[in-house]
Amino acid sequence: MHEVIYKIRRFQPGVDPAPHWESYRIPRSPGMTVLEGLWRVKETKEPGLAWRASCRMGVCGSCGMMINGSPRLACNTQLSELGEGPVTVAPLPNFDILRDLVPDLRPMFDAHRFVMPFLIRKDGKADPEGELMQTAEELERYLQFSYCIKCGCCMAACPTYATDPVYSGPMPLAQAHRYDSDSRDEGFHERREILSGGAGPWRCHYAGECSRVCPKGVDPAKAIQLMKQDLFLDALGMGRRRRAAPLAGLPDGVSRREGIPEAPPKTV
Amino acid sequence: MRDQALWTWHIISAAVIGGLLGLHMAIMHLDALLGIFNPAGGHPVDWENVVARSKEAGFAVNYVLLLAAGLFHGFYGLRNILFELNPGKGLRGGITLVLIAGGFGLFALGTWAVIAGFQKAGTV
Repeated sequence: MHEVIYKIRRFQPGVDPAPHWESYRIPRSPGMTVLEGLWRVKETKEPGLAWRASCRMGVCGSCGMMINGSPRLACNTQLSELGEGPVTVAPLPNFDILRDLVPDLRPMFDAHRFVMPFLIRKDGKADPEGELMQTAEELERYLQFSYCIKCGCCMAACPTYATDPVYSGPMPLAQAHRYDSDSRDEGFHERREILSGGAGPWRCHYAGECSRVCPKGVDPAKAIQLMKQDLFLDALGMGRRRRAAPLAGLPDGVSRREGIPEAPPKTV
Repeated sequence: MRDQALWTWHIISAAVIGGLLGLHMAIMHLDALLGIFNPAGGHPVDWENVVARSKEAGFAVNYVLLLAAGLFHGFYGLRNILFELNPGKGLRGGITLVLIAGGFGLFALGTWAVIAGFQKAGTV
């Protein structure tokens, strides 16, 4: 039977004095992903092995881990991509380890929350009762950055985030730029208060690793450079003067068709 | 706000250096074509030509501007490189202080040299 060896970095704080590697030999089948291999290890060899995963289809961003030395999604990585040798699996670096392959992502989400990743509007219509007007060109400005699934792969690959405790990292900065670029948003100046200091994009030296490893093609490095450009022009007083997209009114001559029920009341 | 302002000045100083270095290169290497910055003829670094340029107020301003832009750009870049080594908060402050003091010291020395050259060249 065709087999594959998984070398997995294990660590249980309070029990193990330091992380260590353990190897598991499991059957290999065509089309098998790294995540499926982990499940096979857990089911047949080591029930106590811990990792995060949910959707199994590269959408939820839970299963980011170091696979053969590179940050990747375990569910999105076929064993066939990795060749015939052993598969090494370790938790994402630049984060504390909670257990085995589970990193503590709280610093990333704290930084994310800090840059206010939501629509900010002066007219109070951040959660409006209708649609906000936006052209296809305006959507294009931020669409790529909105594909981020917060898996943490970019944060694990960033050499600046690895060494600078103040730097926010590629994901929060890319998401700040995603909202700064959104024509429905007016929060540029609020975010600027945070981004113009050490938490901002200034320590980024464009290593580009964040964009190389991003499983969704978000290109955080590009977002960070565009953010630098926006803040530079803002400092010169040449920033874009933009009014937030207005609420779209109902079209003329249109009425609600009979029999269509009202939307249920909001629960959140 | 401070990092945003420093970065902005970093870019502006780069643009200033680009322009003024272009002028320097033109003086040093395009004299045969331009023939305006070296009135004594010969090589651009000949004593007579250096004195002639030093008499010009425009050149004095040019030198001081280039000095200021070069010092700011270089020292801010050096600070970034040193910060990459992840020094502690106190050491960061110390590095910044030393670079500011060094920058202002070199700027004062260079400006003094330009002004002295400008004044003395008039008497040569």
